[in-house]
Amino acid sequence: MSSIAFVLIAVLTLAAALAAATLQKLMHATLSFALTFVGVAALFFLLGAEFVGLALIFVYIGAVAVLVVFTILLTRRDVEKDRGANWGGTFLAVAMFGGLTWAILKTQSVAIAAPHIRALTVRRIGETLMTSYVWPLQCIGLLLTAALIGALVLVMEEKR
Amino acid sequence: MTPTLQVVLIVSAALFSTGLLAALSRRHAIFILIGIEMMLGAANLNFIAFWRFSPQSQPPTGIMIAIFSIAIAAAEAAVGLALVIAVYRHYRTTNVDRLNQLKG
Repeated sequence: MSSIAFVLIAVLTLAAALAAATLQKLMHATLSFALTFVGVAALFFLLGAEFVGLALIFVYIGAVAVLVVFTILLTRRDVEKDRGANWGGTFLAVAMFGGLTWAILKTQSVAIAAPHIRALTVRRIGETLMTSYVWPLQCIGLLLTAALIGALVLVMEEKR
Repeated sequence: MTPTLQVVLIVSAALFSTGLLAALSRRHAIFILIGIEMMLGAANLNFIAFWRFSPQSQPPTGIMIAIFSIAIAAAEAAVGLALVIAVYRHYRTTNVDRLNQLKG
């Protein structure tokens, strides 16, 4: 895990996240949101979790970002731009970041370098999912089905 | 020289705070949802970081939690955006300041 690549990707991700949080034009903010998750997926790759990074790209860029774009286009009569950051929100976010950073820097046990670990293969992830995590997997399947049916029911036209 | 766990956690804290900023200061319902997604992404980054920096465990718990959390985030986004569309049909706006019918 190289340091320069990590810093570059982290800066890119945070810049995209800040743009997604503050840009006035909704479409630009959505694209920044997609870029943020490309950055997070790249961080996952750097940390050795390739499968999760790929799943993140599929789910967020392939599904969530496209859904957001569709929703913005469907609700576009609201042409007004979003106003940027307000003072209370900015103050709370900065205070949260300061508090978290203070806590992280004060905790000695997290100042460790990465140990050398065996690469995690997709085969092992699949085996784990199908053995020790088979009940959570079934519950997630149920949850996704329920969520999709619920979303359909919510947006269905009411019969007059 | 590789980054330590501290650095990854600070990046994740920054991403979380940015998501909080978006969720608190945006007035457009879709972007409040985007802020929540960013906070979930930061939490996932923490799970992956703690998995990577801990002695190897059997099974890889951090990876599993991250996978499940991504699936839940997808379900949440689908339902949330459907709610935004339903609200828009009713009130012709997605600005959360104007959804004040229940305000006392």
